[in-house]
Amino acid sequence: MKKTIAVVLAVVMMLVGVVACTSGNQPATTNTSSAIKIGATGPLTGGAAIYGQACANAAVIAVEEINALGGLQFELKYEDDVHDVEKAANAYNALKDWGAQITLGSVTSDPAKVTSALCYEDGIFFLTPSASAATVTEGKDNVFQMCFIDPTQGIAGANYIKDKNLGTKVAVIYKNDEDYSTYIYQNFAAEAEKIGLNIVSTTTFTADSQNDFSVQLGDAQAAGADLIFLPMYYEPASLILAQANQMGIDITFFGVDGMDGILEMNGFDKSLAEGVILMTAFDANASDENTKSFVKKYQEKYGEIPNQFAADAYDCVYAIYQACVNGNVTADMTAQQINEIMKQQFTSMTFNGLTGQNMTWGTDGRVSKDAIAVVIKNGAYASMD
Amino acid sequence: MSFLSHLINGISLGSIYAIIALGYTMVYGIAKMLNFAHGDVIMVGAYVCFFALNSFGLPPAVGIPLAMLVCTALGMLIERLAYKPLRAAPSLSVLITAIGVSYFLQNGAQLIWSTNPRVFPSVFENAAVNLFNGQLTISINTIVTIAACVVIMVGLTLFTGKTKMGKAMRACSEDKDAAILMGINVNRTISVTFAIGSALAAIAGVLLCSAYPLLKPTTGSMPGIKAFTAAVFGGIGSIPGAFLGGILLGIIEIFAKAYISTELSDAIVFLVLILVLLIKPTGLLGKKTVVKV
Repeated sequence: MKKTIAVVLAVVMMLVGVVACTSGNQPATTNTSSAIKIGATGPLTGGAAIYGQACANAAVIAVEEINALGGLQFELKYEDDVHDVEKAANAYNALKDWGAQITLGSVTSDPAKVTSALCYEDGIFFLTPSASAATVTEGKDNVFQMCFIDPTQGIAGANYIKDKNLGTKVAVIYKNDEDYSTYIYQNFAAEAEKIGLNIVSTTTFTADSQNDFSVQLGDAQAAGADLIFLPMYYEPASLILAQANQMGIDITFFGVDGMDGILEMNGFDKSLAEGVILMTAFDANASDENTKSFVKKYQEKYGEIPNQFAADAYDCVYAIYQACVNGNVTADMTAQQINEIMKQQFTSMTFNGLTGQNMTWGTDGRVSKDAIAVVIKNGAYASMD
Repeated sequence: MSFLSHLINGISLGSIYAIIALGYTMVYGIAKMLNFAHGDVIMVGAYVCFFALNSFGLPPAVGIPLAMLVCTALGMLIERLAYKPLRAAPSLSVLITAIGVSYFLQNGAQLIWSTNPRVFPSVFENAAVNLFNGQLTISINTIVTIAACVVIMVGLTLFTGKTKMGKAMRACSEDKDAAILMGINVNRTISVTFAIGSALAAIAGVLLCSAYPLLKPTTGSMPGIKAFTAAVFGGIGSIPGAFLGGILLGIIEIFAKAYISTELSDAIVFLVLILVLLIKPTGLLGKKTVVKV
C-alpha cells in the first residue's frame, strides 16, 4: 500500500516538474492581434476589493475611450490577486502567458513588491496606479508609480495640518505591523517635529489587536488632542470612528488615501465619517471637464462615484497611451522593446490627468504632483475650501 | 478616573473573551477535545444575525435567537459529521480535525459571503451612562456584555450542578466508560454539550460584533485564540475558571496597552499566561488530576 502511494506521488511530482519546465521555457509570445496587451493584477475580491475593483473599472473606461478614438488599440486584462503575495505572483504569471506587453502593475503595495520585482526581471514595463510603498520602485528602472509614495503623504499631511491650522495638539494612531501605516507615521512625525506641530499622543495597534481602540482613543482624549491623524486603511479606521462615537469623542479625524473607500463599505453608517478630512490626489467634485466626464461615465456604468484609486488607474492608462503615441509603440513589438521606449518616455514627458497637472516622473519612478485634502460632508467628499 | 474607565473597558473586552472561553471549556470539560472551530462558529453566528437584521429587517430580538438556532444546528452537525466518527481515535486526530473544520468554515464563509468587510449594525441602543459628571462613560453595549457574561456563567454552573443532563455531563467528564455503564447516553450528552457551546458562540458573535462592528470571515479567529488562552489561563474544563480567565485576560490586555505599551500588549498578555502556567500548570481554577497507575 505504502509503495503504491510512493509510486503515485513520484509520478505526480515528475509530471508537475515537466509542466513547470515547459511553462518556464516558453519563448516570448509575439502578439498577433493588432492591440497592445495591458495586463494588471489587483484585489478584485477580498478585504481590499474596493481598491482593485475601482482600478479595474476605471481602466476599462479609459481603454474603451482610447479604442474609440480609432488610433492605437489596447486590450486590457485584470487578474485577481486577492491582496495576497503568492496569488499576485501566480496572477502575474498568468498575464505573462497571456502575452502582456505592458503592466498596470498591482493595486496594493504588498503584491506590487512581488510583481514589480518580476517585471523588472522580465523587462516588462510597470506603472502602478496605487501601490504607494517606497520599496515598490526602489532600484527598478522600469517601475513607475501614479500615486504618492508613503513618505510624501506623511510629510504633506503634517504640512497641511499646520498650514490650514486644523489642529495644534495632534494624536496619532497607527498600525505598527504594516509598512504603509508605519512609513507614513514616521515621516509625519519627523516632519511635525521640523515644522513645530505638536504631537501629544502616539499609540499603535496590530492586525491581531485591531478590535479594541478604547485605550488609544482614551489616550488621545486625555492628552487633550484636537485632531487625530489616522495613517491606515479604511477597515480599522471604520472601527475607530465607531468607537469614538460610542465613547462620545468629538475630535477631527484626518486620514490618508487609504481612508478612501470608507463610504462604500457595506453597512457603514456614513454619519460616523461626517467631518473626517482625508488626503487624496483626486476630487470627484472638481469642476474641470475631464473629471466631470469621467465621473459621469463611471456613475452610469457602475452606479457609484469613483474614488482616488479609480482616477489613478484612469490616469495610468492615459499616461501609457501618451507614452506609446509619442514613442511610436506598435502592437507587434515585444514587451522588452516597449519597455525601453516607455522608460525613456516616462522620464522625459509631462502628463496632465485627473489626479494632477504637469505630472513628471523621476528616474526613481516616483511621480511629482500635489496632494489635496477633502472633507466628508453629508456622506460625500466636499472640497476643503 | 482613566483607571476606572480602562478597568471597565477591560472587563467589557474580557466578558466577550469569557463567553467564548465558556464554550471552549464546556466542550473540553465534557468531550475532552479542543474544538478549534469554536471561533468560526462565532463568525457564522454574527453573519446570521447580520443578515437577519440588515437584509430582512428583523429586530434583534428575533435575529439573536435565530443566530443561536442556526449555530446550535451547525455545532451539532459538525459534531455528528466530523467528531463523532473519531470518538475512539487518539486526541491528536480530533485536534487536527477541529483545525480542519475551522478552515472549512472560514473558507466556506469567504466563498458564500466574500471577504469584503461588513459593518455590523448596532444591536443595542447607542446610548451611554455618564457617571461622575461625564468623566466616566459606560456604553449600553458594555453593560449588556458584562451582564450577559455573568448570567451565562451562573446559568451554566447551575445547569451542570443541578439538572439531570448536567449531572450526566459531569459523569461523562469524569469517566466516559463508567458513565456508559451507569446507563448514560454519552453520545447524546456530548451532542447537547456542543449544542450549548454553539449557542453560546452565537451570543458571543453578536456581542463581539456589536462592540467592534467589523464582520469578516476571519472575525472569529483571533478572539477565538485569545479566548482559548483565557480558558487555559483559568483552568480549562472549569466554568468559573473560564469566566475568571476571560475577565482577567481582558483587563490585563487593556491595562498593558494603557500603562505599559500599546506595542507590547499582546506579548505581555501571553507572558502572564506563561508565568501562571509555570507556577500553576492547571490554570488558576483548574483541578489537579491524579493519575492512578
